[in-house]
Amino acid sequence: MSTVVLLALTGLGLAALYFLIASGLSLVFGLAGVLNFAHGLFLSVGAYAAWTVSESWGLAPAVLLGIAVAAATGALVELVLIRPLYTRHTEQVLVTVGLSLAGVALLQSVWGADARVFPRPAWASSVVSIAGAQVPADRFLLIGAAVLVLLGLLAFLRFTRYGLVIRAGVENRDMVSALGIDVRNAFTLVFTIGGALAGLAGILAGMYFSSISPGQGASLLIFAFIVVVIGGLGSVTGAFAAAVAVGLLQQFVNYYGTAGAGDVSVVALLAAVLLLRPAGLAGKAAPA
Amino acid sequence: MILKINDLSVRLGGSHILQGVAFDVAETGVTALLGRNGVGKTTTLRAVLGEVPATGEVLFDGRPALGRATHRLVRDGLGYVPEDRCVFAGLTVAENLRLAVRVPSPDFDLVFDLFPELRQRAGQRAGTLSGGQQQMVAIARVLLNPNRLLLVDEPTKGLAPAVVTAVAAVLERVATRVPILLVEQNLAVVRRLATDAVVLEAGRTAWRGRAADLLSDADATRSLLGVGTTAGRH
Repeated sequence: MSTVVLLALTGLGLAALYFLIASGLSLVFGLAGVLNFAHGLFLSVGAYAAWTVSESWGLAPAVLLGIAVAAATGALVELVLIRPLYTRHTEQVLVTVGLSLAGVALLQSVWGADARVFPRPAWASSVVSIAGAQVPADRFLLIGAAVLVLLGLLAFLRFTRYGLVIRAGVENRDMVSALGIDVRNAFTLVFTIGGALAGLAGILAGMYFSSISPGQGASLLIFAFIVVVIGGLGSVTGAFAAAVAVGLLQQFVNYYGTAGAGDVSVVALLAAVLLLRPAGLAGKAAPA
Repeated sequence: MILKINDLSVRLGGSHILQGVAFDVAETGVTALLGRNGVGKTTTLRAVLGEVPATGEVLFDGRPALGRATHRLVRDGLGYVPEDRCVFAGLTVAENLRLAVRVPSPDFDLVFDLFPELRQRAGQRAGTLSGGQQQMVAIARVLLNPNRLLLVDEPTKGLAPAVVTAVAAVLERVATRVPILLVEQNLAVVRRLATDAVVLEAGRTAWRGRAADLLSDADATRSLLGVGTTAGRH
């Protein structure tokens, strides 16, 4: 029983990371149609920005700075690199892939290729006893952050004008323009939100894995993409459900199966969803 | 003239869809844009609206329209009711309407006077409405704001006869306030609403003049539209 509880909470912690990355990625693809391979870079930039100042500023201000820097990076990438290429999808993919690779190289040149020990709050280093399982407290930090982000995003999408524009734009962005709305502002906004959430994910990943490295964003991004596809493009709640499924599946199969079987099982889940429900758990049906 | 189109050409995916379309839309009444399927009627509307790349000259309210962003043209008073309605299925009726508001005092009185049913269905998801109800939402969205011209694309397509009559009645009333460029296949609706008509054929303007003159000429309607004029008398 204690093993199951530990695996479940560890899986949910991992799911929280996947959700924080995937929610922004999903909104960016759903609204703007951009397959952003540079999203992992936002994660790493946020993490390194926070790490750089954490010792001198303290952890809380460092976290805020990391999120702000990642958000600004997202906005800047949209305005400078993506905006001129909205009708050129191949070039868009090439630019984001190139940016991702160049970004990792830049991080390595500035901070080195080795992993850096990432600070965490003292209480997050403790363990909590639940049903006989000794669960690291940082799992609850990740899960709590993801739930708060989910609620915040849903409230934003439901109760604000921009949220309405984003929900409509995910369905039909041409029609949003035909109502007199400059949908490009919403594109910048989702890149900014996506960047901020990725930055938060990068910081929490640093606490979860106890370290950050230049390639961490890119490796987490692979699973975030899987979560986006399983959840349904443009759906925040779909991304949340998919992240939970992927995180739990990965943890349980890795423990009870052979090493690496968790990753394979996630890919198998992706294949099954694509076969049975191609638009994802919460995605809109493909046009006939 | 509220809209002047001259030598409008559109190439899409290697096809030369529009090949020099030219016509004007008067400042009042309904101008029907007619033609068989695939002659470029919807593409003409989308080109005017800036949704497809086009060459030639389009003057909307005296100002060049080609090359301007769609949202700017709409803000300047070019309202658009697209083919197949294009309501936002996941949004409620109230959210669809709220999204369309772009002035401080939207004309909800007019909208609910024309479509009282929308008030009752405000909380219903637009994707669960019937085709006729979705058409109400699509028309209501443009009527919330002041417009200089409405582009209305096949508003009666796929609707039951009773709903077609209701939609035609609404457009007739709307046309007393704002000119309409109307793409329509139903000649009975055209006969009821249109003062002027333009017929496209293979991406070119094949005929333009008074709608009544076209519809009273059996040979012209048969050769240009592929139907007899009696088909539109009901």
